[in-house]
Amino acid sequence: MSIKLLLQHDKKEGIRYYEAWRKNGGYASVEKALKMTPDEIVEEVKKSGLRGRGGAGFPTGMKWSFLAKPEGVPRHLVVNADESEPGTFKDRYLMEYLPHLFIEGIITSSYALGSNVSYIYIRGEYAWIPDILEQAIEEAKANGWLGKNILGTGFDLEIYVHRGAGAYICGEETALIESLEGKRGNPRIKPPFPAVQGLWMRPTVVNNVETIAAIGPIINMGGEEYAKIGVGRSTGTKLISACGNINKPGVYEIDMTCTVEEFLYSDEYCGGIAKGKRLKACIPGGSSVPILPANLLLKTAKGEARYMNYESLSDGGFQTGSMLGSGGFIVLDEDQCVVRHTMSLAHFYMHESCGQCSPCREGTGWMYRILKNLEYGKGKMSDIDLLWDVQRRIEGNTICPLGDAAAWPVAAAIRHFRDEFEWHVLHPEESQTRNFGLAHYADALEVATA
Amino acid sequence: MKVTIDNITIDVEPGTTILQAARQIGGDVTPPAMCYYSKLEGSGGKCRTCLVEVSKGSEKDPRPMPKLVASCRTTVMEGMEVKSVTSEKALDARDGVTEFLLINHPLDCPVCDQAGECDLQDLDYAHGNSGTRTEFVRRTFEKEDIGPYIQLHMTRCIMCYRCVFTAQQLCEVREHGILDRGERSQISTYLNKALTNEFIGNVIDVCPVGALTDKTFRFKNRVWFTKPLDAHRDCEVKGCSGHVRLWMRGDEVFRVTARRDEWNEVRDTPDGRKGWICNTCRFHKKKASDWIIDGPTKIKRISVISQGHYLNLKKPTDTFVPIMGRDPKHLLDIHTVSEVNKTDIDLSLLPRPAHSTDFTTGNVLPEAKQINIQESNS
Ligand SMILES: Cc1cc2nc3c(=O)[nH]c(=O)nc-3n(C[C@H](O)[C@H](O)[C@H](O)COP(=O)(O)O)c2cc1C
Ligand code: SF4
Ligand code: SF4
Ligand code: FES
Repeated sequence: MSIKLLLQHDKKEGIRYYEAWRKNGGYASVEKALKMTPDEIVEEVKKSGLRGRGGAGFPTGMKWSFLAKPEGVPRHLVVNADESEPGTFKDRYLMEYLPHLFIEGIITSSYALGSNVSYIYIRGEYAWIPDILEQAIEEAKANGWLGKNILGTGFDLEIYVHRGAGAYICGEETALIESLEGKRGNPRIKPPFPAVQGLWMRPTVVNNVETIAAIGPIINMGGEEYAKIGVGRSTGTKLISACGNINKPGVYEIDMTCTVEEFLYSDEYCGGIAKGKRLKACIPGGSSVPILPANLLLKTAKGEARYMNYESLSDGGFQTGSMLGSGGFIVLDEDQCVVRHTMSLAHFYMHESCGQCSPCREGTGWMYRILKNLEYGKGKMSDIDLLWDVQRRIEGNTICPLGDAAAWPVAAAIRHFRDEFEWHVLHPEESQTRNFGLAHYADALEVATA
Repeated sequence: MKVTIDNITIDVEPGTTILQAARQIGGDVTPPAMCYYSKLEGSGGKCRTCLVEVSKGSEKDPRPMPKLVASCRTTVMEGMEVKSVTSEKALDARDGVTEFLLINHPLDCPVCDQAGECDLQDLDYAHGNSGTRTEFVRRTFEKEDIGPYIQLHMTRCIMCYRCVFTAQQLCEVREHGILDRGERSQISTYLNKALTNEFIGNVIDVCPVGALTDKTFRFKNRVWFTKPLDAHRDCEVKGCSGHVRLWMRGDEVFRVTARRDEWNEVRDTPDGRKGWICNTCRFHKKKASDWIIDGPTKIKRISVISQGHYLNLKKPTDTFVPIMGRDPKHLLDIHTVSEVNKTDIDLSLLPRPAHSTDFTTGNVLPEAKQINIQESNS
């Protein structure tokens, strides 16, 4: 049985509302936090080892300590609820079922950062969730957790929910800030970083919903206790949204000590591959991270078991590893076509590029069109190399990481599934009627013993 | 503050960008810049042609930077070491960016007014490849008239945002911006409203390609047949420099533009005012008698258009061979490569269009005057 810190009460009756939440120990973390100094809270978060849950995994305590604090300039906390990465739907679950857990985290974080006006920037397609959040904010306000002079400490806080218009790029923190300011959601050119000049050129911290939701439990149990959960630099618990060809898609909280195999096959989590099929491939951390064939997913290139945590999933770098990313776990069974799958991701990135910088604006569409040819039996062998070359020249050369996010899935697909691409070229007609299948992608790998 | 670019060390003011430092050195090490425009606040960072490798961050923190950086938006640090043309990685990235900029470009240079003074042509000459690796239908847009003077040919646009910054920074009302996103993004005006602001004509000058063209000049002449003269008038419009370049053929003024420097940017006036000009000067003063002529334009910028107009041009010849192990690749070489562009022939003096035979027979045209290119070692 694993530890539950975030999804402890999610199944309880009425937990979305203040009464039930308070009865289950809600807002204790705020009571505790407001008796501490802001610096003490930052210190606790540092001790907890919490890493950003938005995808990059940057240590949250460190991020907070970088916040510039010039005299007389307001600071802001902005919570990134734009969650648009294909395969990722954990923030939605948190906000929908446990809005007060989230609000608690915002209050404590805002207090620690000195933000008197904090924002939630929420994905436009989550049309029904702002109402839930606003209801929770109202309730919190009515009970004295928000507004002026909270708990008599002299700390004021207002939280605003801002609805996005459905652009993936507005999840990138500087594009999000631009959009919040009412401008076109183009990522900014950095530096300056938000910690120095963010929202309205004021020092700003942008954090993911899950990161902020974890602040309550960290304050309640103490940073050191939190850090004992998990392994290495993967401390605490992580939400994984599992989807694809599995028996039990859904959002699961794991403590980062379970193996990928256990997560995939145990009944507590994914419950195995649906319809008794075999595993072909998996994207373990949201659409932007490299796809892995079954054999490299379950075991590292060294032949060790792979675990569901930051270090283990990235073991082997991009050559043989992937990333934990945002925790969107997408499973492909033996009937799935990796070329088609890569094409559909490429379409997504083409559609979501903001178009500011040339490699991403032009390169994403080019990749999609090459992939479309390959998928529909019109590809040439040279297209595979061309595709490799295009992604290589996008990666690292763009303003924001969306360019990389578009390049990595293509690179990984070619790296690990080149023969499937070649099969499409060599069998243009057959590839229109059947899939390549599992092939050798689940075969045990030879482990080089040095 | 000392910074070294391609092994050449230079002392610059703190706050200088790598690109500006490289421009101070000049010549081949200067990265191409398709979106940055020193006169426009906030410009740069977008096109990614100016990428360079920082092999040493600074004296204090000598670690190399992990990725290539946009030199136009990266400020130098004491002791920084930068590789521009000496970096295989940077050259490969520029080659890539050039290709990206061209895969959807219509390549309609033969009918484009910008041809000859187009930054994209120059970029491709210096950093591109021959041939294309794309076989897909190129993106097209409808042509659009934005106001009485300007035509937007979005198909040619490279999304550098320069015109957006120009419109925002020179005009009172914000009417000009970008619609949609990704490869479908396009320059547009507020509800297709005509742009009539007195200074909107400057977007034509800042546009690096032929996406924004002067309707009073469209298809009237090829720029290399016209002869540029510097001229000025006392313009009563506030903020207009009145300092222009007249592009003449015989006695006829074909077009009026602001004066541009060797980086193709609008140049400040000698007394330090901004060089922008108003629509009246640009579109309505098309007689030589409207102007006080200062003399023939001295063109420092090397490109096709400059053919026949170089005055005391300095062509750097040294420095590069020992450092780069190859001869410098100058845009000036385009005149040698093309065989039909000779620097000693002034096409604007021809009463008729030029023919290849004018160049290949070896006879210097009787009408053309001899121009002296000074090669220097400095
Ligand atoms: C294209 C793109 C989309 C992103 N989308 C999201 C998102 O939807 N939610 C999110 O929390 N972070 C997203 N990020 C990451 C944010 O830029 C930022 O790193 C994150 O919100 C920081 O929060 P954390 O430190 O708590 O992880 C995105 C980044 C990029 C480049
Ligand atoms: S990488 Fe793509 S999304 Fe990011 S700034 Fe450039 S064009 Fe926009
Ligand atoms: S129209 Fe010209 S100036 Fe405007 S963005 Fe396009 S290329 Fe740049
Ligand atoms: S000139 Fe630097 S990115 Fe365009």
